Amino acid sequence: MGNPEPADPCESEPIRAIRLRHPWRTVLAIVLVLGLALFVIDAAQRPAYDWPSVAKYLFDRRISQAALNTLQLTVYSMVIAILLGVVLAVMRLTPNPVVKSVAWFYLWVFRGTPVYVQLVFWGLLAVIYQSIDIGIPFMDPWYSFETSAALSTFMLAVIGLALNEASYMSEIVRAGLLSVNRGQEEAATALGMSWFQTMRRIILPQSMRVIIPPTGNEVISMLKTTSLVTAVPYSFDLYTRSRDISAETFNPIPMLIVASLWYLFFTSILMVGQYFLERRFARGVGERRADRKAPAGSGPGDGAGPVAGKAAVSPERVDA
Amino acid sequence: MVVADRVSKSFGTNQVLRSISLTVRRGEVMCMVGPSGSGKSTFLRCINHLEVLTAGRLSVDGDLIGYREANGKLYELHPREAARQRRDIGMVFQLFNLFPHMTALENVMEAPQRVKGQPKAQVEQRARDLLSRVGLADRCDYYPAHLSGGQQQRVAIARALAMEPKLMLFDEPTSALDPELVGEVLDVMKGLAESGITMIVVTHEMGFAREVADSLVFVDGGVVVETGRPGDVLSNPQHQRTQAFLSKVL
Repeated sequence: MGNPEPADPCESEPIRAIRLRHPWRTVLAIVLVLGLALFVIDAAQRPAYDWPSVAKYLFDRRISQAALNTLQLTVYSMVIAILLGVVLAVMRLTPNPVVKSVAWFYLWVFRGTPVYVQLVFWGLLAVIYQSIDIGIPFMDPWYSFETSAALSTFMLAVIGLALNEASYMSEIVRAGLLSVNRGQEEAATALGMSWFQTMRRIILPQSMRVIIPPTGNEVISMLKTTSLVTAVPYSFDLYTRSRDISAETFNPIPMLIVASLWYLFFTSILMVGQYFLERRFARGVGERRADRKAPAGSGPGDGAGPVAGKAAVSPERVDA
Repeated sequence: MVVADRVSKSFGTNQVLRSISLTVRRGEVMCMVGPSGSGKSTFLRCINHLEVLTAGRLSVDGDLIGYREANGKLYELHPREAARQRRDIGMVFQLFNLFPHMTALENVMEAPQRVKGQPKAQVEQRARDLLSRVGLADRCDYYPAHLSGGQQQRVAIARALAMEPKLMLFDEPTSALDPELVGEVLDVMKGLAESGITMIVVTHEMGFAREVADSLVFVDGGVVVETGRPGDVLSNPQHQRTQAFLSKVL
């Protein structure tokens, strides 16, 4: 296609047809663009949006600090949730029925109740358990902390978010582990690898391909769920902070826009990160992508014979 | 090398192996043939304890597989000890089971490096040697998905050899291959057989069995029906079931 081959009398004439028109596609596109343009022009002029205030508060110290707090809440609780989720998923796949039931019960409770309710509960932790004792039960404790002093509202918010999220993560990880062919585990076992080595080196890396997309979803969802930590009550996150400011200025709409812009900014960064993670774990299986390590233009086959010729087509097809 | 003494295996009420007894001597190449579902693969998987026996004893190189016997009692082995036994038994699967997220070289290096803890440089050198021994010196950096079936199976053989096993088990190594790719895998196996390693090969390749094997076992319905030199069994089967089976395959 496209090479100016010398005219071959046997070759038929290339097709030069008039392309089919799609008038309704064009109409729909124009309507959408016009509608969007109208909305933008209108919004730019509408006083209620109060764009000067948006600009003023977008990089306000209080707001950027709150944005950082929100980011910290997201990262800490997600890291804990992923680790705990892996543990719970593995627990559900063990042959031990007690361990299995404990993991199931955890899931039942933490997935079955609203995260808002759970956060309120964590906020009341100090009321339920006045002190945290370390030692042998029913004996004098070695160490004793006063709960309200030992755990800040920030920590309680992280714990609340993480424990709730872990129940979702455990299901995602479990799906990922189950997606790996049983032959992989057998091959690793037959090579004398231990269960832990098999998990870490063979099963988990392969399950990542299945785990990452929904986890990306969960991270973005977590970023937004942090706006509920006011239930703890922790009030230095992005949303609560911007509400507090608008309570002083009596002008909530620009503050909502400011908060939304920050959330959008973080979400966009997370999406870029997810793209690179997915690419990393598609090694060897990414059929839709030409293999970087293989020299261009060559594919499977012994380097000779019809197999190599046939397969050499695939990298080009990917680029096209 | 391998001694099976009245080995039986059932899955629930389905008895797959019925009292199989056989011996494989050191350096011997034994081929197991028989119809699908006759229990050949299950027997092979019992040898490295991927399946647990329900009755009988199986030992490799004098070590009871999966158990320890003391004072007339059997003790189940700790997974760590079972893994140690498996190190010395290489296995090649019908569907290759290469690790898709690792290159051919990494596949071969994984076990010696992680299980035996050998230094990386040494493992890599050996892995390259093994890959060139199976004719894939130029495919070290390819991922399995970019290799043909025959090449993948040869990488799988190199991967098993990297652990320097005393015994190699082949579970229908060519059954999932295009006919034109079968030869390259059989050639590698033939080379291995000549190198003197003990091999048990479950296969449908009668030509290979006749040419390479020292002994041939015909299994049907979980029972050893006939055993002997491959030439004798293939050309002059004594048992009716063997005759019926061979008349269909040969």
